[in-house]
Amino acid sequence: MSFETLVFYVFSAMLIASGVLVITLRNPVHAVLSLVLAFFASAGLWMLLEAEFLAIALVLVYVGAVMVLFLFVVMMLDINIAVVREGFARYLPVAAMFAVLMGVSLLLVVGPAHFGLAHTRQTKAPKPELQVRVRREDRIRLVKMDAEKGT
Amino acid sequence: MLSLSHYLIIGAALFCLSVAGIFINRKNVIVLLMCIELMLLAVNMNFIAFSHFNQDIAGQVFVFFILTVAAAESAIGLAILVMLFRNRNSINVEDLDALKG
Repeated sequence: MSFETLVFYVFSAMLIASGVLVITLRNPVHAVLSLVLAFFASAGLWMLLEAEFLAIALVLVYVGAVMVLFLFVVMMLDINIAVVREGFARYLPVAAMFAVLMGVSLLLVVGPAHFGLAHTRQTKAPKPELQVRVRREDRIRLVKMDAEKGT
Repeated sequence: MLSLSHYLIIGAALFCLSVAGIFINRKNVIVLLMCIELMLLAVNMNFIAFSHFNQDIAGQVFVFFILTVAAAESAIGLAILVMLFRNRNSINVEDLDALKG
């Protein structure tokens, strides 16, 4: 197993575990903190996918701004946890059924059989730096004026 | 060697988790908002995976706009939530029936 694969599995295990914690934790403050962990893990995965700017933006914008706002609201509102958690066990079977249903349908639609790299369209310019390159003709445009026709 | 399917499976698992979370936490609007954030994260993961494996930078531009819109959306949602809590003194979804829905 290469180092890249190891990093991928560590970050994805972190992501799934913190996602489970977000939806099951009793205390909303703890749920927000595990959502922060989920954002950090997915920032790591995006680094692995060479999307460095978006990974940094995720940490700065989401963890730095939005999650702090969440934390602020959760701590400001005085929520009665016992009332909020009432229907937890009652809705659990329905939730599990819908999650499994959605997982199976997602696997059928975007599973490896249909969405390997062989099935997706290849773009004309295979490298991003070729797509964003500025050609010389675009940068400078020579215009011939009517006034200089006679000279 | 990591393939596109690895990342797609992670995205799909995260999306299923957040759908389950929306069903489980029907009493708590804050956790509902957090589940929506998780869903958007799963979608962004798929966008970036396709962008990387297709060598097309347009996917990352999409993710950038989704991040912007999601941040604005959660700010507005939290503001609405604070006003609701000050008026009704509860964040239970079933208490929020002022529109008789």
